[in-house]
Amino acid sequence: MKLTIPAFVGRIAFSALAALIGAIFALPLLWFLFAPFNARAELGLALPDPWTLNNFVTVFGNSYAVQALWNSFIQAVGGVILVGAAATLAAYALSRSSIPGKGAVTYILLLFSSVVSGSAAMVPIFLIVSAAGLMDTHLAVILTFAGGLLPTAMFILRDFIDSIPKSYEESAMVAGASPVQAFFDVALPVIRPGIVVVVVWGFVNIWGSFLIPFILLRSDSNMPASVAIYSFYSEAGTPIVTLLAAYSLIYSLPVIVLYLFVSWKFGFRFFGGIKA
Amino acid sequence: MASVEFKNVTKSFGEFKAVADVSFDIGDGEFVCLLGPSGCGKTTSLRMLAGLETPTSGKILIGGEEVTHLHPKDRNIAMVFQDYALYPHMNLADNIAYPLKVRGEPVAQRHGRAKEVADVLKIGHLMDRLPSQISGGQQQRTSLARALVYPAKVYLFDEPLSNLDAKLRLEARGFLNHLQRDMGMTAVYVTHDQAEAMALATRIAVMDQGHIVQFASPIEIYRRPATTFVANFVGNPPMNLVEVEGAQVDGKLVLKAEGLTIAGLAMTDAIGKALTASGKLTLGVRPEHLGIAAAGAVNTITAPLFANENMGPESLVTVDRGDSARVTARIFTDDHLDLSKVVTLGFSAEHVHLFDSAGKRIPALGE
Ligand SMILES: Nc1ncnc2c1ncn2[C@@H]1O[C@H](COP(=O)(O)OP(=O)(O)O)[C@@H](O)[C@H]1O
Ligand SMILES: [Mg+2]
Repeated sequence: MKLTIPAFVGRIAFSALAALIGAIFALPLLWFLFAPFNARAELGLALPDPWTLNNFVTVFGNSYAVQALWNSFIQAVGGVILVGAAATLAAYALSRSSIPGKGAVTYILLLFSSVVSGSAAMVPIFLIVSAAGLMDTHLAVILTFAGGLLPTAMFILRDFIDSIPKSYEESAMVAGASPVQAFFDVALPVIRPGIVVVVVWGFVNIWGSFLIPFILLRSDSNMPASVAIYSFYSEAGTPIVTLLAAYSLIYSLPVIVLYLFVSWKFGFRFFGGIKA
Repeated sequence: MASVEFKNVTKSFGEFKAVADVSFDIGDGEFVCLLGPSGCGKTTSLRMLAGLETPTSGKILIGGEEVTHLHPKDRNIAMVFQDYALYPHMNLADNIAYPLKVRGEPVAQRHGRAKEVADVLKIGHLMDRLPSQISGGQQQRTSLARALVYPAKVYLFDEPLSNLDAKLRLEARGFLNHLQRDMGMTAVYVTHDQAEAMALATRIAVMDQGHIVQFASPIEIYRRPATTFVANFVGNPPMNLVEVEGAQVDGKLVLKAEGLTIAGLAMTDAIGKALTASGKLTLGVRPEHLGIAAAGAVNTITAPLFANENMGPESLVTVDRGDSARVTARIFTDDHLDLSKVVTLGFSAEHVHLFDSAGKRIPALGE
């Protein structure tokens, strides 16, 4: 195929424009990769000279910052276990049983879920947690997130389970399995990719949240990393960019690792039904 | 092995009756096919027998014991599903051995037994594969192996061959027939393919719109279909049905229809009764009982030629009597048939079936 000259010029112009837009979006990412290794990092983009790990040494020397990462981990893992287990059982029941009005139940729950973890519910959540005597505990954060994420998780999983033929469990039960055995032996392994999606989604949500732990937690020793980032400010309120950058990179690593692991192990592909 | 009994079983989905007041007995060691068009309630009947669906009313017995409300796991049955339902995360060995696992057999023993069954079904060399790594025919045999790996009281099949291509289907059908002769299993087999039912069943229950229309041996259903529905469903191609006007003349039954020439038939009480109800009868002749005849001969149907299909050992000759009322003859010859534009098809009186205006069979003399 031969291109006419105007078409050729048009293509070059288009590619150049696309590259420019791409570069604009890539700049913050490049800063994010360079700044942690730069001893004199500022908000401007600059190549580190020399490359150094000093920023990381400082971060790991800060016991509060390290404790915060551990707190984030406890809260995210705790919340995800609760959401994963509850959503799986609830979605399975909603998908497989013949409860009248189960569709309505799901949609109403979904409607309320956006309220529960949203800022509109902050005051009631604060009051409830306070009345339950759970203020300033990991459990308060875990339960609040479990409640907020559960309906959407159920909704995603129910859709997933609906697409899996009932004949898997039916054949197990005809073969002599109890409903519980059929669930654990046959249904659960088939649903697992769906659960993984929900768990990753829940983990990212809790790991990245700021408002709820900020409000429900008091003591420094319970704060997650998202809140701890706040501590890398000088007395005057200006950010200490070097530490902030290093900590941000560490903070984002678990999410990246989780994504890579899941995409390697499950490929974010679903299976179910018969493959010819 | 055990007998099976349905007593006035009805299953409604809302207002709709998928299975309506069905009763039948299946003897120990019988292989019964539920045959009927799609949506007639075959699968629903089978699922009620398996315990996957609860009857709205009526009773189901297995081996003389009532199981109507028993959980599937407590019925000691085996079932082959239409979609095979092989567990995608287990290899073939674990798939086939699963019923033994839930029965608490140790792993070495159950894998040994699974291998034995798999060897018989010629999938023994695939035991390490996942279901997604084997062909459709092998998947079908795996699901069969999983059903055969433990001694069940009744074996249930829901269109197990419908996902196979024609050649594999014939092969699998032959194997199932062999298996039935070998094991003498009690089986209920659902199919919409009349050839499968004829080949496998000791008795066939023909279903239509939730009812059992006829429950008899394949030969009986072929020779004496109870209704025009059965006549039209069984046989390949199915029986030709011709609307005729009947009248009694000089103690003989005289039938009249466009293109039909037929000698008077012997009157019986049953024919007399049908005639009093209505003069409109249906005449049935199977394609294989029709042949090419001389124009103007008696016991013939004459009409313009519609199609002439040579199939190798036989030819299907179809004539069109107008309004898409077609009559097909199955003529056993490996020669090409040279036919004129108008064809006369002949039959002998002993091959004539008669049905009354409601479509019910009128028993022939001596039936
Ligand atoms: N769970 C169900 N809910 C509503 N209708 C159903 C259900 N299962 C089957 N039916 C209806 O019952 C009728 C018989 O179905 P089925 O037994 O599957 O037919 P077959 O196996 O003979 O093709 C069909 O009209 C089908 O739509
Ligand atoms: Mg069916």
